[in-house]
Amino acid sequence: MSETNEKNIISIQDLKVHYKVGGGLFTAAKYVKAVDGVTLDIEKGETLGLVGESGCGKSTLGKAILRLTEPTDGKVFYKGKDLAHLPQSAMREQRKHLQMIFQDPYASLNPRMTVGNIIGEPIRTFGLANGKSVESKVQELMETVGLSRRFVKRYPHEFSGGQRQRIGIARALAVDPEFIVADEPISALDVSIQAQIMNLMERLQAEKNLTYLFISHDLRAVRHLSDRVAVMYLGRIVELADGREVYRDPLMPYTKALISAVPVPDPEIEAARERIILTGDVPSPINPPSGCPFHTRCRYAIQECKEIVPKLVEIKPLHLAACIRISPQYPHIEENSKQGLGVVGN
Amino acid sequence: MTNHNGTILTVNDLKTYFQTEDGIVKAVDGISFQLQKGETLGIVGESGSGKSVTNLSVMRLIPEPPGKIVNGDIIFDGIDVRELAIDEVRKIRGKRMAMIFQDPMTSLNPFLRISSQLMEVTRLHLGHNKKQAYDHAIKMLKTVGISDAEERIDSYPHEFSGGMRQRVMIAMALSCDPELLIADEPTTALDVTIQAQILELIKDLKARMGTSVILITHDLGVVAGMTEKIIVMYAGKVFEQAPTRELFATPANPYTKGLLKSVPDPAHEQGKELYQIPGLPPDVAHLPPGCPFAERCGYVQEICRTEYPPFIQINEDHHSLCHFAREVYAESVQERQAK
Repeated sequence: MSETNEKNIISIQDLKVHYKVGGGLFTAAKYVKAVDGVTLDIEKGETLGLVGESGCGKSTLGKAILRLTEPTDGKVFYKGKDLAHLPQSAMREQRKHLQMIFQDPYASLNPRMTVGNIIGEPIRTFGLANGKSVESKVQELMETVGLSRRFVKRYPHEFSGGQRQRIGIARALAVDPEFIVADEPISALDVSIQAQIMNLMERLQAEKNLTYLFISHDLRAVRHLSDRVAVMYLGRIVELADGREVYRDPLMPYTKALISAVPVPDPEIEAARERIILTGDVPSPINPPSGCPFHTRCRYAIQECKEIVPKLVEIKPLHLAACIRISPQYPHIEENSKQGLGVVGN
Repeated sequence: MTNHNGTILTVNDLKTYFQTEDGIVKAVDGISFQLQKGETLGIVGESGSGKSVTNLSVMRLIPEPPGKIVNGDIIFDGIDVRELAIDEVRKIRGKRMAMIFQDPMTSLNPFLRISSQLMEVTRLHLGHNKKQAYDHAIKMLKTVGISDAEERIDSYPHEFSGGMRQRVMIAMALSCDPELLIADEPTTALDVTIQAQILELIKDLKARMGTSVILITHDLGVVAGMTEKIIVMYAGKVFEQAPTRELFATPANPYTKGLLKSVPDPAHEQGKELYQIPGLPPDVAHLPPGCPFAERCGYVQEICRTEYPPFIQINEDHHSLCHFAREVYAESVQERQAK
């Protein structure tokens, strides 16, 4: 194994998830290309932030990595095994190492199970402990996530949203995983509780050497938690770089608009700044635009953008983007556009 | 820009309580404010803080029982809303004051075409005939930025995206050119890019039509750019009330300070721990005798647990519900100067 492979815990290669919609006796079926050719490495111990608008495929990508949704094509390597093609029984075994935290702490916990049973279930299922030692493990986990062990016999409805999210995190940690997909873990929570959960996730990462794929539409939270950030649009990764770099120098017109749209809690900054407002909605993934999927909303789109599908390439060191109007030599689209440059990359 | 020529809404010591199995919930327990014509007021708070109940009270939309407005005045353009008979309220609601709700998915009737839902409003309030109402509906859809309004007006709600549905809701709310628009978390269910579109739209309409707006949200970023003054609510109480710039620059309440600090700042270094307000919001049915925030407050003293805090006036427009409001304010001023 080469060194680059050892650095990565998960290596995704050309992953596709296509859903069939419609299609009857006389009508042709259509396909929703929720994830359409994603290649991405996740490094051991990092938090990779995955951002994008609703419908861009970010949750589907997270689920497909863990096989909670079946990939249509492509590979997902974890420790030399291709998860995408493992038989179900072998995949189950891998779930010990790969866990998920869900968005909705109201819907993702079984209302008829006590907290103790919810957290203890994965421990029993995988035979990681039995009898009394399950109980002590559960209590230990509850304290780790900041829940009193007195609550062990209570049911989910007796808890607030933030506490339920802590239960969800404890359940994910129960099997001592290495990699956790956190799908919008804070977006259903109140502001004062969001900070608590983000701090908890960071503390646990440091203590247990976890790797996170942090999926969120909240760019402020992603900026705070992530080492690297991947931006997704209509099933593809369109920009990937160090978290600080993405915010300091976004290269894709889409990323620029996304960052610009986030309101800043400072009236003086808000009054002064010029916001890039995207027109229209995300196009339907059933019938995505030809060429670059973003060309319908991009202010820099030229004729070629409708024809050429841009590849994700390195524009600056460790900073990748998918746009034919930028290149390592000409990384900034505003300047290229001013100078009248057309296609410079890909 | 804003044109301050009189008060459109005065709310004075409003209290709205709910009778529940768990006892009386004081959902809103004494809120007062004045809204000038053309002005935007932001009401910020977490779930259960009473921000929505305040506005449902203003619109007389509190289900009774279990709820009841037990005290206070609501004066809308000289009319005492609390004293009005319900059919009188209906003449004002939707016409002179209108509301946009958080969830555009559930607040449109899925069985009716967009056109009939829009037409209903103006036929009822403005006495439009079918043709007038239809033309007006098209005009309103164009106003809110739906480009091919003529073709899309006869669509059903499910044929529209979330952002488009929220535009339809805004078109409906603005159909009768209301003097007051109450927007309750209008962008919470939407993506940031669509949120930016909708906020820009509300700003633009406000400037063009001179509508007064109450914007209810949990997002401090949203109110920062949209409002002239802000009320921060917690557990049914007004915790702080100030002009927007002053509130952000020099907050005088520990809760406001905590909220402002707990939002991740893009300039912030990654890996640094985020400030967090500890604990959970209190159960509004069983509030402690002292300050409802005491258990979570970094400034807490013995008095906070035993005595209900006073609503201290910091300066003309700036009030804070805290035993130590002046000290907290002085600290904020110092921090501000240190920057």
